[in-house]
Formats: sequence, structure tokens, C-alpha cells
Amino acid sequence: MAGAPDSSLGCGSVCGAVSRDRASLPAFRSFFPAGRKGEKMIHSLFLINCSGDIFLEKHWKSVVSQSVCDYFFEAQEKAVDVENVPPVISTPHHYLISIYRDKLFFVSVIQTEVPPLFVIEFLHRVADTFQDYFGECSEAAIKDNVVIVYELLEEMLDNGFPLATESNILKELIKPPTILRSVVNSITGSSNVGDTLPTGQLSNIPWRRAGVKYTNNEAYFDVVEEIDAIIDKSGSTVFAEIQGVIDACIKLSGMPDLSLSFMNPRLLDDVSFHPCIRFKRWESERVLSFIPPDGNFRLISYRVSSQNLVAIPVYVKHSISFKENSSCGRFDITIGPKQNMGKTIEGITVTVHMPKVVLNMNLTPTQGSYTFDPVTKVLTWDVGKITPQKLPSLKGLVNLQSGAPKPEENPSLNIQFKIQQLAISGLKVNRLDMYGEKYKPFKGVKYVTKAGKFQVRT
Amino acid sequence: MTDSKYFTTTKKGEIFELKAELNSDKKEKKKEAVKKVIASMTVGKDVSALFPDVVNCMQTDNLELKKLVYLYLMNYAKSQPDMAIMAVNTFVKDCEDPNPLIRALAVRTMGCIRVDKITEYLCEPLRKCLKDEDPYVRKTAAVCVAKLHDINAQLVEDQGFLDTLKDLISDSNPMVVANAVAALSEIAESHPSSNLLDLNPQSINKLLTALNECTEWGQIFILDCLANYTPKDDREAQSICERVTPRLSHANSAVVLSAVKVLMKFMEMLSKDLDYYGTLLKKLAPPLVTLLSAEPELQYVALRNINLIVQKRPEILKHEMKVFFVKYNDPIYVKLEKLDIMIRLASQANIAQVLAELKEYATEVDVDFVRKAVRAIGRCAIKVEQSAERCVSTLLDLIQTKVNYVVQEAIVVIKDIFRKYPNKYESVIATLCENLDSLDEPEARAAMIWIVGEYAERIDNADELLESFLEGFHDESTQVQLQLLTAIVKLFLKKPTETQELVQQVLSLATQDSDNPDLRDRGYIYWRLLSTDPVAAKEVVLAEKPLISEETDLIEPTLLDELICYIGTLASVYHKPPSAFVEGGRGVVHKSLPPRTASSESTESPETAPAGAPPGEQLDVIPTQGDLLGDLLNLDLGPPVSGPPLATSSVQMGAVDLLGGGLDSLIGAPNFVAPPAATVPANLGAPMGSGLSDLFDLTSGVGTLSGSYVAPKAVWLPAMKAKGLEISGTFTRQVGSISMDLQLTNKALQVMTDFAIQFNRNSFGLAPAAPLQVHAPLSPNQTVEISLPLNTVGSVMKMEPLNNLQVAVKNNIDVFYFSTLYPLHILFVEDGKMDRQMFLATWKDIPNENEAQFQIRDCPLNAEAVSSRLQSSNIFTVAKRNVEGQDMLYQSLKLTNGIWVLAELRVQPGNPSFTDLELSLKCRAPEVSQHVYQAYETILKN
Repeated sequence: MAGAPDSSLGCGSVCGAVSRDRASLPAFRSFFPAGRKGEKMIHSLFLINCSGDIFLEKHWKSVVSQSVCDYFFEAQEKAVDVENVPPVISTPHHYLISIYRDKLFFVSVIQTEVPPLFVIEFLHRVADTFQDYFGECSEAAIKDNVVIVYELLEEMLDNGFPLATESNILKELIKPPTILRSVVNSITGSSNVGDTLPTGQLSNIPWRRAGVKYTNNEAYFDVVEEIDAIIDKSGSTVFAEIQGVIDACIKLSGMPDLSLSFMNPRLLDDVSFHPCIRFKRWESERVLSFIPPDGNFRLISYRVSSQNLVAIPVYVKHSISFKENSSCGRFDITIGPKQNMGKTIEGITVTVHMPKVVLNMNLTPTQGSYTFDPVTKVLTWDVGKITPQKLPSLKGLVNLQSGAPKPEENPSLNIQFKIQQLAISGLKVNRLDMYGEKYKPFKGVKYVTKAGKFQVRT
Repeated sequence: MTDSKYFTTTKKGEIFELKAELNSDKKEKKKEAVKKVIASMTVGKDVSALFPDVVNCMQTDNLELKKLVYLYLMNYAKSQPDMAIMAVNTFVKDCEDPNPLIRALAVRTMGCIRVDKITEYLCEPLRKCLKDEDPYVRKTAAVCVAKLHDINAQLVEDQGFLDTLKDLISDSNPMVVANAVAALSEIAESHPSSNLLDLNPQSINKLLTALNECTEWGQIFILDCLANYTPKDDREAQSICERVTPRLSHANSAVVLSAVKVLMKFMEMLSKDLDYYGTLLKKLAPPLVTLLSAEPELQYVALRNINLIVQKRPEILKHEMKVFFVKYNDPIYVKLEKLDIMIRLASQANIAQVLAELKEYATEVDVDFVRKAVRAIGRCAIKVEQSAERCVSTLLDLIQTKVNYVVQEAIVVIKDIFRKYPNKYESVIATLCENLDSLDEPEARAAMIWIVGEYAERIDNADELLESFLEGFHDESTQVQLQLLTAIVKLFLKKPTETQELVQQVLSLATQDSDNPDLRDRGYIYWRLLSTDPVAAKEVVLAEKPLISEETDLIEPTLLDELICYIGTLASVYHKPPSAFVEGGRGVVHKSLPPRTASSESTESPETAPAGAPPGEQLDVIPTQGDLLGDLLNLDLGPPVSGPPLATSSVQMGAVDLLGGGLDSLIGAPNFVAPPAATVPANLGAPMGSGLSDLFDLTSGVGTLSGSYVAPKAVWLPAMKAKGLEISGTFTRQVGSISMDLQLTNKALQVMTDFAIQFNRNSFGLAPAAPLQVHAPLSPNQTVEISLPLNTVGSVMKMEPLNNLQVAVKNNIDVFYFSTLYPLHILFVEDGKMDRQMFLATWKDIPNENEAQFQIRDCPLNAEAVSSRLQSSNIFTVAKRNVEGQDMLYQSLKLTNGIWVLAELRVQPGNPSFTDLELSLKCRAPEVSQHVYQAYETILKN
């Protein structure tokens, strides 16, 4: 009975599994030709868009042929989804370490043993810089500013050693494009390259330039918390933690020295700091003491994981069922507020990846609007905010491919929401003090809680 | 207006137009033209033909234009070396520019132009820039030294740039220090022998200071450099750890992981009783977990590293299971890694949660992931015994889903569970049999057939089931055919009356109609067994099978230890040591974790050598736990043994006193003059020295030809513990060469191939001198005798007991570990006879507390017989005296590592009532005495 087509099919899928494994973990062989000397770090960088065009290349040593990217394309083809391309790929002579950001692949070519995190962090920094300079990190923006991009890349890396990656310093060396400046430049013939050494580059506070002046001195802090959670079928929490950040926007003249203290610093036991923060002071007094960079930056990021501290602000009632031997199913979900600390939950969106056999969905929302993409099988329900008097729900029929077996897996619901003026962990800023400057700055703190990777299993 | 305009071209030859524009008189036009050239470069167009025209634009005071031209030069100078020389003058001039930005730019660009002719001109400007008043220029110049070294190493050394670079480590500016460290590390990487980064407590202190002040990237270089340092004791290790821990809170994940590497490595030196040790363990968990909230690419690298850390020190993350739970939109590469770590962390405490998760994953969409999740359930069952029942019922639930690939995976893992817990879960067989028809993958079919054959007596219709498979016998894969053959033979032995026809059918299919030699051979063997001696057949085929080992997926301890030293690098992502990356091993120094220091050694010894067998017990199978410090050299590295291991990392602190007198053999054994009395910095050349004396032994052959005493072979590795491989063996020494005589017996049903052997580091550096050569595959019940030559140039690590040898043997089935004790006399070298005068002087010189007294009971031999018997094992009689009717023999012997042992042996001839011998031993390394005494006893009593 094990007919030939059947068994070959099975075999095919096994091979698929094996070769994918190999893409991420190749059978080992000698990777580098003998006698090659240590060429550290990133040898070349290729930027590739989603349709597989290499639209920019930069070489820090000798030129490496674009054909090296074929290995990347091969891996990409295997991975099917762009998100699933393994970040480290080995080829006979090189390694390719890549990141996927804003629908672009940043593929770096490596020739020797090198810390991959170093490369990945650096690539993200490159993408951040593009974002910072051009307002978006897109193929169009990069192509429009190709000369600046090249100058930036050259400034950021020398012989594989990152040189200047702080946005403050870069902006002094290479001025970001503005409409006004390019007009002025083309008239006056002046350039967008700074001709003096940036002041912050070598001081002990490389993140801040000297001589900053503002007429309005302001310091704003945004406490942003994201809840990552997995909720199981019955509504109990499998896993939950809070990823928090404090983003700062500091526009203060001179060399201000700030101290930020919290009402409940004990919450913060797993924290990553911006280099400007004095670690000793935090260890001893639980106070964030720092000379801030100028402008926008992330002051700290933190994680609160102990289960009892993580409140789950919403619940979902769901009933998704497919009938045996029939081409339809029922879909019914309702969202309600749970531990929301009396605040309004808004900006709710529910995304569901429906099983492949789903052809279409006929649903009725009590509020908001929904779309179903029959190609990607993604259902998106834009709910808006919850009013406790009338809980939003979405129900109706699911049409399945006729004759297909009933789907085995039940889809997970991905939920987005936002709660203003609340840090769900309970973190509260106590006060901000400034030393070193005479003026009185305007100070502000804003709190917001959002859903991170918030998933409900059904 | 955007740069995209630079991409537009006219029909009329682009290069031609650009050329015209580059040579335009108007500055602005020139600049625009260069920008167009750069734009072409960014998309990989070859614009090298414009080289002379672009270089012409270089002489300008416009910084932007200059930068652009430099950018162009770096790309194409290599292909146009003659043209590149045109640029030299401008470079040299720019290196003198008052603007530090321009000086730095010039020296930086010059270093990037990989043309020999240019490098000559680079030396002078570079020298100046290294001493520039501006730190920005100095730090750029430091990097330039590394670039130049890459092009012309000799030149850099001749010019003394390396020394200047070393001086920069003490620079006042932390960025300069960081770049100097980075440059030196890179140079040192290509010159592993050079002593470039001479790390000592002072320079370490400087680095630690710079660590606090320099940029995140500099911190990574410094941390990686620190990781190569071996602190002198636990106190220094702790103080470095204390200063590194703040880095764990850095926002840059590469900094965090480099700090983790330093801490994981230095922790090895800290005593587990220390409060600080516990604090450190606690501090390591949060940053590792935080890495998992980063971008997926970072998560992937972090997970690969956490996989290593969890194996080395499971206690760090044992409470953090939940962060490894998979989110449905994680990329597949993250999902698979998380799953792997979940299984490693699974324990009785959290198994319920883990199983619930795994069951959830088994209903996901991605087939690869689902399969791995099902396998994971099986691994949990095998790992956590208490959970086995729950795992089995979970698997049964999954089988009920009837999803084809889930059912197949489940059956494969249930077979393993049967192997681990025989006679426990057979009640589920009925359910399995229901799914027989849906199995289409060879592995699942083979597993199912195995189950049917193994439990044939409990399955009423086993014959029908197997018969149904037999119909398409020739379409099956070899795996299934072999299994079917065995299963039917098992069935026949269990129910001979009803199945005679079936067994004949399968035997004829296997022997007459098959082209596969394996299948035919197995068929014939069964056939003959059954026809000649059915009782023997039963014993063979239905023999009790060894249990499967619990964790076959752990990384071997030595490889793990080495990989811990490479946390954060590509090696850690691929779980292969860098030596697997670089051909010929050039420039690769094996890193090893630092040993615990002498101060804490006495209390720590049970932990440092957990595998040590108690004296007198001959056998001990090493547990395969990850926290085994005994470094079994990894078996993954291509050919099993490729020459003697590198001597660089071989000498360990713990062995220092053992190596006393190593200099003797260095000086050269034939002209041996220096008394061993001289205290010698022993850790210098002992392994090399002993190699020399070995050479000497071979050529001169002072010893007797007969060779020393050989003990009968003993079973070292019972078949039960090695999936059917039985190893027995003994050690011999003949004419200066040591060998290990092995007898390998295959007691499994499967052919064994691909044998390889490796030793853990041991007290005397014993190592295989050649690969283990088993020429033909070892068939079931076959035995081979092999003599494996050994040398003593391997890595040294003091073992407990001293003569403990840990061995790893690999074959196509698995890797097995055992340990054995070797008799010390195989290490007695042929030139161990000491001069009389020397003997006297040395005897006096060794302090009395080093003297040990022993009695050898019931040895009715006279002095002559004793002397000659000992001499054949290289214990030489230097002098003989008769004192009051007793014979006193003064004897000497020397070990392969140059240690001398002096002995006084009292024999009472002609006194039949008094047959005990009295032995006094004196040696600078008194710990060998006990073992020398044992050697005496073995030699004299056999």
C-alpha cells in the first residue's frame, strides 16, 4: 500500500527538514583557505530588498563579488518566510551574518572568527543611524542619500573596528540632509561634511557634544512598558513579563548632571543602562545619575518577570470550532477588561493567522472593523477601545475549502492594546534633580503600557 | 534634490561622460561627478577605469571632496597599484595637516590601500601619527598598525611599531587604549606564538580601568582580551570578576555576552563554597534572560550560547524555564533553539509545565517544529524518569490526533522509551498497532517493526502484522528490511510453531533475492544459527539489551569547556572549536578553562576530579554529566589523533611538583650530569623533555629487551555500559615504547565501525601516538586485538589517583567513557640507572619527610632474583650491600617526565620464615611513592 508517490513525498519532507537544519548549522568543514591572514570583522556589506535586488554594497577591504549573496538567497528560498532566514550562514570562504529590518536585509560578509553579536549589534546600529538621518530606513531613502550613506558607513567602521556610532558625533561629522540644507548647499557650494573634529569623540563622555544651547530647557521621560504574555486556552497565564524602557528627550544647555529617582526602585532588578549612567551610584543608592546625551536616547531598559507583578489588563473569550466533514466553522471572540487599574484600554487590534484551509470569513463586529486576507489567511480586527458597558465581540462563520480535512491546529490570537498614563509594573518616577547648571529646566514624565508579544492560545 | 539623480545615465557612454565632468574646471561639477562615481560604486558597477581622473581631484581643500576621493581610492587602489602611487604625495602631505581630522583621515586611508609600494611611504607618517598630540589621530594610527601588519608583518616588526603599540596600552585616553588592545589582539591572532599581549596584573589593571571609560565597542575588545588571561589565584579571579560584573547591565548585547564569557571562565577558579560564587551565579541569570527580549537575530546567537552555559552550569538558569517558552511568531530558528534549551532545563520540578508546552507546540503549523516538539517529549521521558508515564500518555494523545507526521515521530520516540524503561509501558502497544497503516517513513516503520518483534509474545496477531510488511519487502528501505528480518526471527524464537513459514520466507527474501550485502549477511547468520543451534540463537537474538543512555545529545565535556572559552564567537554559534575553522590548525591555540588554584585545591579535589576511581577499584564508568571537569578530549575533530597535541596549553598548575626535575631530561639524558637536586622551574619544559628522553630511549635501548611485566587484560568497559561494545585491555612497555593492548568485542547485534579513541589529560601526559586502527568493521560477536602505541607528550593534568586515565572511545553508535588505572612501571624509562655517587648525593639531598616506607609481604625471592626481575621493568640496582645478613639493594628509576625515584630494598635471604621485603622510597614528588610501591609489588609477585 505504501505506494511510490506517497513514500517519496514523505522522504521529501524529511530531506527538507534536514537541509534546513544544515543551513543554520552546517556540517563542519574548514571554512577559510589556509594562509589567509586575520581580516577582522566586517569585510563587506550588502543591502538587499525583499524582491532580492542588491541595491547597495560597501567594501571595507577588497571588493567581494556580489555572487557571495547567492548563498544568502539560497537560504532565503529555503526559509520561505523572510523572517525565518537564519542570521548566520556559512559559505565555503565566508560567513554571512544578516539582520532583517524594515523590509530590508543587511547582509555582512565575514572572513574570520568574530563575535556575531558584535556584528549584529553593529548592523542594527547602522539601520538606526539611517532611520535617524533620513527619517526612515527604506530602500528609497538610502538610494536618495547614497553618498551620505557611504560617508556614514566609512565613518562608522575602520578596518572592522567601529569608530563612531553615536548619533551625536556622526551628526557633527556628517550633517543630516534637510531640504533647506540641500538647497543652500547647491547655491553656496558648501558641503554636508563637518570639517572639525567632533568634540565628544574622545572625551570621557563621548555621547555628549560641548556647547549645547537651548532657549527652552526641557527634559522629558517616557516610561514605556510592554507586556509579553502567553495565555492558554482556559485563560490562565502561561508566561508573562514586562519589557520596559525609559526613553528620554533631553534638550538642556551646557553640561547638565541629572539624577532621576524612583518611588519603587526595587522593581528594577534586571536593567540595561545607557553608557552615560553611573553604575556605582545605582548599585549603592538606586538613583540614576548621568550626564545625558543631547536629544533623544534610551536611558534604560528593564525587565519585570516575577509573575505576581505582571497584571494582565485584558481577557478574551473565544470559541473557534470547525465541524467534521463540513466546510464551515464558527468563530466567536469577545474582549473584556481585566486588571486595568481603572484606565481605559485603547488601540486594541486582534490579529489571527487562520489555518490554510480557511477560504473566507463572514463575521460581524459589535464595534470596529475587520479584514480577512484570503491569501495570507490573516484576520485583523481593529477594535478601538473597550467600553465596559458593552464588550466588543466578533462572531460569524468560517468557510473552509470543501473536502479538506478539518484543521488540526487552532489559531493563536495576537493582541495589541495601549493604556495611557499607566506603567503596569507600578514603576513611578519620584523626582529629577539637575546639578552643574544654573537654569531651571522644564521636566515631564509620561507613562504608557502596551501589549508586546501578547498571545492567546485557543 | 536627492542622490538618486546620480544614478540616471544618458545613452552616450556613461564612463565617457563622467571622465569629462571629472576633468571639468568647475569645482562644483567635479564634486558632482565624483558623487556619481561613488553612486555607481555602491551598486557594484566597475568604475575603475576612471582612476587617474578621480585621483586628479584629490588635491583639494574641500574636505567632502577629499573624503569622496579617498573612498574611491580604497575600493580600487589594489587593482591599479601603479596609479595609486600617484596619490602618495598627497597622503604624506595630509598627514602633516594642522587639522587632526585630516591627519587621521589620511593615515587611515593609506592603511586601507593594500599596495606594497604605498606601505613603504606609510611608515614615517604612521610613526608620527602614533605619537600625535591628538588622541583621535593616535587611535586611528593604532588601528593602522594592524592594517599594515596584515599587508607586511615583517615591516611592522622591523619598524618597531609593535612596541609603540604596546606603549599605547598605557595611553591616557581610554579610546586609544581600546583600539591598541583591539589592534594587538588582531595581530596576536595571526601570530599566536608571539608574546604580544603580555598580560600581567599591572596591565590587567590598566585594562580594567579603561573598561569603565571607553565606548561600548572598545569594551568588547577589552573584555575579549581579558578572557585570555589566566589569573594567578582565586583572589585575583574574584577581583577581576567584581570589576567586570557591571558590564552585565550594558545595553549592548555583545558587551554583555563578552562579560559573561569572562565571568564563566574565571568562575572556574572560584571555590563553590565562596559566598561570592553564589552571588555571581545569581547575577548571571538576568542579563542572559534579557538577551532574549532583543531582536530575533540577537536572540538566536544568545540562545546558542545559553545552550552551552546551561550545559556547563545548569544552576544559573534553572528557575528561568518560562522565558524559553515559544511564541508562535518567533522565527523558526529561534523556536528550535528554545526547544532544545527547554529540554536541557527540564527537571522533575518543572516537567508538568514543560510537557503542557510541548503538547501545545505539537499542534502548531510548522512541520519541522512539530516534529522536534514530539521528539522533545520523548527526550523528557528519558531524562526525567518520574515524568515518563505522563510523557507516554501525552504521546498517546498526540497519536490520537492522527496527524500523519505526529504519529510517526511519536512512534519513533516511544520505541526509545521502551528501550529505557523495559516492561513498563507495553500496554500502549495496541494503540500503536492501530496506526500501522499510516506509517510511511522508514524510521517510523522500522521503529514499529522493532516494537512488534520485541514484544511479539504479547501481541496476538504479531505474525499477521509482520507478514503484512513482508509483502512489499523489496520496496522497503534497508533500515526497515533489516528490522523486519530481525523482528521475524525474534517472533519465530518466541512462537516457533506458528511462524515457521514466515521465517523461511523472510530468510529467503533476505538471502536470495536481495542485493544488499548487509541484509544477506544478517540473513545467513540467522539462518545458520537457527539451523545449527536454536538455543544459542535464542541467547543471541533475545539477549537482554543494554539500556539506552540518558543524554546522548550533550556536548563532550572537553569540547564544552573549550567552547565556554569561546562564548560569543562564531565557534559558540556552531558549537565547534575554532580549530575546526582554520585549516592546518595554524594560529590556533586551544583554550582551556583555568584550573582551580593550589590554595583551594585540597578542599576542592573531590570536585575537580569527580571521575576518579577510588584506589584499588579498577573500573569506573564516568558519568556523562555536563559538570564533569575531567577534560575528555573531544572526539568530533576529524581524525581521532593527529600527532601529539600542542604543548602550549598542556602544563597545568596542579602538576607542577610532579614535574620536578624536568630540566634533567632537557639537558639531554646521555650526558646526564646535573643532579636532580637542583630545583627547577618545572612547568617549563617537562612534556618536551620527556619527549627527548623517549627519543633517547628508542635509540640507545639501555633497558633489557624482554620488556617489563605485563598484567593480564582486565575488562575496562563492560558491554552493558557501552551499547554492546566490550573493551578489555592492559598496558605494556617494550624497548622504550608504551602501548595499550586492547581487545574490542562487539556484543551488540549491529556492526560497529569508525572507532576512535582519545585520552583525557592525565598526570603523565599519556596520549595515543597513532589513531586507533580497527581495519575492518567489527561484526556482532567478533573480537579484535589491537595494540595502540602511546607517548607521553600529551597534555598534563594532575589526576586523582595519580595513575588514573580517562578514556573516550567512539564508534558509529556513540561515544563511551571509562577510566582505568595504569601501572606506573610502564613509565619507568630505560636510562633510569643512576650513578653511585649521584645516588648518594641525591639520597641525602631529598628531605627525610619525603621518604616513604612500605612492606612487600610473602615474596620468597633472593636478592639476585629480585634485582633481575626488577631490572626487566627498568628498576635498576645501583649498589648492593650486605648488612647483618640482610641484603640491601639500592635502586633507582626514572619516570618519563624526568622524576627520579630512589629506593632502598631490604631482602633477607635464606630465611624462609621471613619473606617480607622492606622498601623505602625517596622522591622529590612524594605522591608517586605509593604508586611506585604498587609497581614493585606487581612486578615481584607475578
